[in-house]
Amino acid sequence: MPRTEFTPSITTRPVYPGLSPVPGAAALMLADASGAEALIELALQDAALIAAAHVIYIPEGAPFGAALAALHPKHYHEGPSFSAILPRFRKALLDAHMGTRLYLAGSETLIGLAMAEALAAGLPVDAIQSDHRGSIARRMQCVHCKGITEGVTTDPFTCSHCGLTLFVRDHYSRRLAAFQGVCVDAETPGIVPELQEIKP
Amino acid sequence: MTARQLRVAAVEPLTPLVTRFRFECPEGGSLPLFSGGAHVVVEMPDDGVLRRNAYSLISDPMDGSGYDIAVRREDAGRGGSRFMHTRVAVGDLLRIGAPVNLFALDLTARKHVLIAGGIGITPFVSQLKQLQRLQLPFELHYAARSRAEAAGLRLLPDLPQVHLHLSGEGKRIDPAVILQGQPLGTHVYTCGPQALIDRVAEVAAQKGWPRAALHAEAFLAPPTGAPFTVTLARSGLKIEVSPHQSLLEAIEAAGVDAPWLCRGGACGQCETEVIACHGRIDHHDHWLSDSDHAANTKIMPCVSRFQGAELILDR
Repeated sequence: MPRTEFTPSITTRPVYPGLSPVPGAAALMLADASGAEALIELALQDAALIAAAHVIYIPEGAPFGAALAALHPKHYHEGPSFSAILPRFRKALLDAHMGTRLYLAGSETLIGLAMAEALAAGLPVDAIQSDHRGSIARRMQCVHCKGITEGVTTDPFTCSHCGLTLFVRDHYSRRLAAFQGVCVDAETPGIVPELQEIKP
Repeated sequence: MTARQLRVAAVEPLTPLVTRFRFECPEGGSLPLFSGGAHVVVEMPDDGVLRRNAYSLISDPMDGSGYDIAVRREDAGRGGSRFMHTRVAVGDLLRIGAPVNLFALDLTARKHVLIAGGIGITPFVSQLKQLQRLQLPFELHYAARSRAEAAGLRLLPDLPQVHLHLSGEGKRIDPAVILQGQPLGTHVYTCGPQALIDRVAEVAAQKGWPRAALHAEAFLAPPTGAPFTVTLARSGLKIEVSPHQSLLEAIEAAGVDAPWLCRGGACGQCETEVIACHGRIDHHDHWLSDSDHAANTKIMPCVSRFQGAELILDR
């Protein structure tokens, strides 16, 4: 799956420049189905890096597991979802030292959630690389009720918690791994702009 | 710069080469507080030449009753430290600038690793007091040649986090060992000889540390050199810079008001446009980029010098 090219936006909108091997004390890698090929491409650039890496993969039914395991990473683990691999990912971060580099590939939600965990564990943001591939569905936080709506693909959308119609902003929180959704018809109740599909 | 006249309250030799000076308000009263790693600029009227040298504060940042500095005597230097060691006595009045910090702790760090070489221990003395007050995790590594030369031994608390590396006793500092296995979120601060700063940066890069986790303070004394002439276009002046004078000091001596802050090539405050340069600028600063240095279109007059036919500055 090719890397997503996003149109330029405000500075808080995350960008995902892709993965390139960096020498370091240790490497931790995490990918979902759409990001698996990014790790395979990384391994082609630097086989030694992946040989010493801890790779965690969320296949979501995709066929890349065998190819990733064949790269012979130091540790290889598959899990069915982010919440399923989270205890292992947290333990890996807990055991990590300065010099550890984190490589993330796949959907924006996976990258965002994993980055938020890593930052909370103390990993410096400059030690994290990311490659966005696949769905551009957004994880949105309603600024009014604070509820998170996953997989938002339209603008505006309906908050799955409080039911307000929310405008999709590019304003992003690294801590929450979510974009900000703001009531679109607060001053003109019921007058809602035409629904559009979110573009990269 | 806001400077005020302070009274020398104590002069105490710490080692044969390093002396502690304490400054207090002549009227009593409290001085502005500062943060760990801050420095002050001391003005020294030395036989018609006004020298201004920056020294790290080694007193408690939360104690406004006075400012302490430690000065290492550099006999091969331009004369500032010699002035402090030979001409300053208790009761004298000297003009001292307000504290400025170009080497502050990054308080987003989870742990602070401080690495000092020789007199580079001074900014860490106040940082240590701040770290202890904030109860933050830290370790300090202090490299010196011998116990007799290690002024820091008199300034540092007796704590298990303070590690001494005396090369004279066969215990050379090894940044690779210090950086090994540090927890996520650790920041490293280095102050001392350029070779130590470079070594720490090199080891950190090999181990995969991001650059933003590294901090260093390389304060430079302005180097001496051959005299040269400079034209100040805006002031319409042509001035001579003597061998033991910095370009900035010569500009000041000519009565031209020029901006400055650290006077050691680190802060960027005195950056000056070069209008014409027929010759070679000896860039000594840590501020301008390599391409700026090569282009010869900017100069840091606090530390850099010139050789050649003509240098015209926009000042």
